[in-house]
Amino acid sequence: MDKIAHGSDVTHHYLRPKKKFPNVWCAGCGNGIVMGALIRSIDRLNLDKDKVVVVSGIGCSSRMPVYLDFNTLHTTHGRALAFATGVKVAKPDLKVIVITGDGDALAIGGNHFIHACRRNIDITTILINNKIYGMTGGQFAPTTPGGSFATTAPYGNYEKQFDAVKLAIGSGASYVSRGTVYHVQQLEKLIEGGLNKRGFSLVDVYSNCHTYYGRFNKEGDAVKMLEWFKKHAMPIEAARKLPPEKMVDKFVTGLIHETDATEFCQEYDMLLDRLGVKKEVAK
Amino acid sequence: MKAKPENVLTGSHYLDGNHASAEGAIAAGCRFFGGYPITPSTEIAERISQRFPRIGGIFVQMEDELASMAAILGASNGGVKSMSCTSGPGFSLMMENFGLGIMMETPCVLVNVQRGGPSTGLPTLPGQADMMQARWGSHGDYEVIALAPDSPQESFELTIHAFNLSEKYRMPVLIMTDECVGHMTEKVVIPSADEIDLVERKYTDKKPGEAWPYEWNGKSIPPMLPVGKGYKFHITGLTHDEKGYPVINAEAQEKNVRQLIDKVKKNADDIIWLEEWDTDGADIIVMSYGISSRVARPAIAKARADGIKIGQIRMITVWPFPEKRIRELAGKVKAMVMVELNHGQVYLEMDRCAAGQCVTAVVGHSGGTVHKPDDIYKVIKDVVK
Repeated sequence: MDKIAHGSDVTHHYLRPKKKFPNVWCAGCGNGIVMGALIRSIDRLNLDKDKVVVVSGIGCSSRMPVYLDFNTLHTTHGRALAFATGVKVAKPDLKVIVITGDGDALAIGGNHFIHACRRNIDITTILINNKIYGMTGGQFAPTTPGGSFATTAPYGNYEKQFDAVKLAIGSGASYVSRGTVYHVQQLEKLIEGGLNKRGFSLVDVYSNCHTYYGRFNKEGDAVKMLEWFKKHAMPIEAARKLPPEKMVDKFVTGLIHETDATEFCQEYDMLLDRLGVKKEVAK
Repeated sequence: MKAKPENVLTGSHYLDGNHASAEGAIAAGCRFFGGYPITPSTEIAERISQRFPRIGGIFVQMEDELASMAAILGASNGGVKSMSCTSGPGFSLMMENFGLGIMMETPCVLVNVQRGGPSTGLPTLPGQADMMQARWGSHGDYEVIALAPDSPQESFELTIHAFNLSEKYRMPVLIMTDECVGHMTEKVVIPSADEIDLVERKYTDKKPGEAWPYEWNGKSIPPMLPVGKGYKFHITGLTHDEKGYPVINAEAQEKNVRQLIDKVKKNADDIIWLEEWDTDGADIIVMSYGISSRVARPAIAKARADGIKIGQIRMITVWPFPEKRIRELAGKVKAMVMVELNHGQVYLEMDRCAAGQCVTAVVGHSGGTVHKPDDIYKVIKDVVK
């Protein structure tokens, strides 16, 4: 009860309630759950609101920054991480958070995603992964499972599915995790961990788009989809002990990968140290 | 405000246009560069990558041109003067976020060292065929500022000028140079820092909570808000109101787009910079910009020696187009000739403004080299008839 009460008290403090509500999301959308979790994580870490920058691309989830009372930048489809890279190197003292969707981060923004991971730049990326393009009306995404239906996959999707976690690990990100909108307390911890990590951190959040994905694939309403996450999620600690055949219909959640690789701005500072010069940061 | 002495390589140098442009950026106080290698612009990135770390600037080689343009907008909104350079296909890729810069009213400078196109075209050879792309390349309706240097000296000077215009009018500014000027090595005289005037970013003087990112008043350019100082503002590529919040209707669109257009149109006299020779009393005027304006000179001299009353206009600012002056001159002369390394792009604007008052012609070229002065001379002789 404490945690829930904590949530409702603090949430309004971090929103632009009089300015930008009601939001654009469908009733029951997971985006609001992620926004709440992000707010509570930021509050628990006691971050200075003025020092938080939230950058997004285009899509349902990317509409989130306008509701948040930080410095917020709503950019172009797929380019949030490239934009955020400029912000971070210009002002390394800022806490830069990117809110992105699966189409935004992994299709049109896939190149920016892998290179932001490779640079290990200190950006916390929250990828709200609902396996479909919601804003444009339910087309299949790189995360849509084979055989699933979408408006552009009327006979079932014949493409293979992207795994954002494996992609981030392979690309060099130093904090890679997955949560769901059902497991909110775990999600908050993962976001907190990402915000605390100096380096590129990914929180791949499985979320529900019952309006399109659920409807087209007969997965039911928001509640049914949340129940699906509950049933199929397997924490990494438990998953490591299970034989592969027990993991067939499960997906792994939790902090999946962490390293101590040097962060991008740190590397640049080290270069400047080698040259014996002081970085000129913006006033 | 004057340039900082530590940013200015005062003295006489032997530089190509690309290196001179990099020095201009440094003198202007640019401290972030995001770019992607592409011929024939790469020397700008190379010089910046060598110079920036030693003066505390940040050079990031981005993963592509989409990212380069996005990153400079991010850095500029973070409070740092920012620049990128590109050529050919890279310019096409940058058009998406160039539009975002226009919409967000974010100052930055983009240098396009033009090469022959379309597509991969002629990576190592000159062209001036991206002029209309510079004007209209991103989707939607907006105005741009584009400058065209004709020498390494001017590449240095116009890069500083571009930064000043970008801060003054709060928008991305284009330098539309070409392979010839970019790779041409000449004497470049860099003045002392106290001779270089800089326009610094104007931030709001209102308190947090009272200021918004786009306080349009139809007259002055709205000041920006600093990040991390309590303003907690929102900016977006969506059509927005003065607060920066998205508003999706025709009234908001009218107000937003009108601002983007009016700030350039109403200040055209301040932005437009022309050089004119012998235009008073001329029968023929040769118009040009960039490298083509230098190539046209021998042809003009030859025609003058034939007794033709001929003048020249060199557009230092190509966009916005010097509409008023061209309308005025077209009523006085018999013919106007445009010389450019394409088949008549900026010519279309000249012809539109001449509006039938005089004969117009273009000395077109597919690119890959510059015009032969004789080809220009022939067109001049032709229009005289």
